[in-house]
Amino acid sequence: MDAVLTSIFEPGFFTSEPVRVAVVVGGAVSLVSAVVGVFTVIRGQSFAGHSLGDLGTTGGAGAFLVGANPLWGFVTFAIIGAGAMELFGARRPRGRDMATGIVLGAGLGIAALFLYLGTTQSNTTGATITILFGSMFVIRASMIPVFALLSVLALAVVALLYRPLLLSAVSQDIASARGVPVRVVGALHLLAMAVAVSLSCVTIGAILSTAVLIGPAAAALRLTKRPGLAIAWAAVIGLAVTWLGILLAYDSYYWPPAGRGWPVSFFVVALILVVYLLADLANGQKARRAGPRAIASDKGPGVVAGRAWPSLPPEPGAE
Amino acid sequence: MTDTSRPGVRDEEILSLEGVSLWLSGREILHDVAFSLRAGELTGLIGSNGAGKTTIFRVILGLETPSAGKVLFAGHPRQRRSKSIGYVPQSIGLDPDVPLRARDLVALGLDGDRFGIPLPSRSRRQLVDEVLEAVDAQGFADARVGKLSGGELQRTLIAHALIAKPRLLLLDEPLASLDIRSEQEVVGLLAKIAKAHAIAVLISAHEMNPLLPVMDRVVYVASGRAASGPTEEVVREDVLSALYGHHVDVLHVHDRILVVAGKDETHHTELERTRTVVPRGLG
Repeated sequence: MDAVLTSIFEPGFFTSEPVRVAVVVGGAVSLVSAVVGVFTVIRGQSFAGHSLGDLGTTGGAGAFLVGANPLWGFVTFAIIGAGAMELFGARRPRGRDMATGIVLGAGLGIAALFLYLGTTQSNTTGATITILFGSMFVIRASMIPVFALLSVLALAVVALLYRPLLLSAVSQDIASARGVPVRVVGALHLLAMAVAVSLSCVTIGAILSTAVLIGPAAAALRLTKRPGLAIAWAAVIGLAVTWLGILLAYDSYYWPPAGRGWPVSFFVVALILVVYLLADLANGQKARRAGPRAIASDKGPGVVAGRAWPSLPPEPGAE
Repeated sequence: MTDTSRPGVRDEEILSLEGVSLWLSGREILHDVAFSLRAGELTGLIGSNGAGKTTIFRVILGLETPSAGKVLFAGHPRQRRSKSIGYVPQSIGLDPDVPLRARDLVALGLDGDRFGIPLPSRSRRQLVDEVLEAVDAQGFADARVGKLSGGELQRTLIAHALIAKPRLLLLDEPLASLDIRSEQEVVGLLAKIAKAHAIAVLISAHEMNPLLPVMDRVVYVASGRAASGPTEEVVREDVLSALYGHHVDVLHVHDRILVVAGKDETHHTELERTRTVVPRGLG
């Protein structure tokens, strides 16, 4: 038994300070991303979510260049990017993707410059790798309060906007007829997304942040049709893949090529893909068991609508 | 604030438009539109595509402000943000992945505009069940909204609007994508709802025949102008000819009414009229 446990948790896993910080910060960040991601997916803003991560590259590279903590670079540029997308994409049905594309292109251009300047100055490509693919094991424990604060901020925004976000995902027209300020709600969601993505830029990397934003959410939507459960599933999946990823990365230190260790981000992203495929498979199984309704948008049971309203006296001749 | 939950009184005037005109980017979309809707009555808003039906809805909902004229709700100028008006838009282009069951969508009709996460509540669930039963949606109450058929989704959206206890229910082309059976079901359901709850129901349609058996009144729209009243007083050659500005034939074939506006198809005539209205309005 002991031997099994030791082979799962290699020596030092629970006592290592970097591992503990990674478990706390990495886990929290993935959870936040997964929860915000549910709304990103149902609002059809996956492209915007991915772009915010790419814009984080610009911020991270800029921060590296001026010697600041990359987190601040990620946050600053993701929020500026979100603001620009909102501004350019305003009120045009198909303008949103176009605006995202334009902002993304501009951001990546600047990122190319920053990364070039950064690598030529320091004569190393380490920073580029860290920015693009994350570095969960080098997060300083002193940063934990900042991560916690930003996590709570993003979660608070989506919790506050839970119902208006769902309603406007169903129909912007219905929502605005009901008096929901759809524009403000959309902008605040974009802000929450920018914060969540910047956090995962640090842990999982700017390029891979999409994976923790979209993956757990997409898997969760395969598993349930209830909004609360979808969010719970996404949170659990986000947390689980990150923790398992950290464990595997720690253990991989003893894998070939020995003594180097594989990157955490690789494991997390690979696990997300596996979970998504499993969820899709489970959904297919469930649909087959449940019969035609769950698979196709067929006709409902042959009930005739317009049966008497409960409080209505039965009409002569009806039924 | 008026109490929106009290049941309406039959024949009470719920909404009236008085001389409403609307100009949008130099074009007159609505010209001197006037009609009123009464509690317990089902009114058809009839006209071809582009005649101004959706714009009239947007004006009633407060999403457009008339350039001239008044919109009165229960005798008072309407306020935005009103639960007293239920709205079912034409097509909502639902994402099949949205994690909502039909009953969740109906519950959002109750409080979807509020902030925060709702706490589970027995009375809330009961209310949702009641409304689902009223539209005969119990059979698919737990199905994902993205998987509902056109008629089922329409009924769910009607329940969504109904649960807020509106005094006026607006439906934009609710029959557009339905087969004949679902069409009759939805029409019958709406007529019952109007009578049972004394709600004023306004249904837009480009084809009035499915509504004929249940329609108390008609608002006939052509190129931004409207004629309104009981169906037999409006759908007549003299009234519609005056509305279109040229001769219109109204043919009764069995139980159906055919309106033939001009030698060509109605659509063509409509388009020509829309174009000629602009310079006249400016002059």
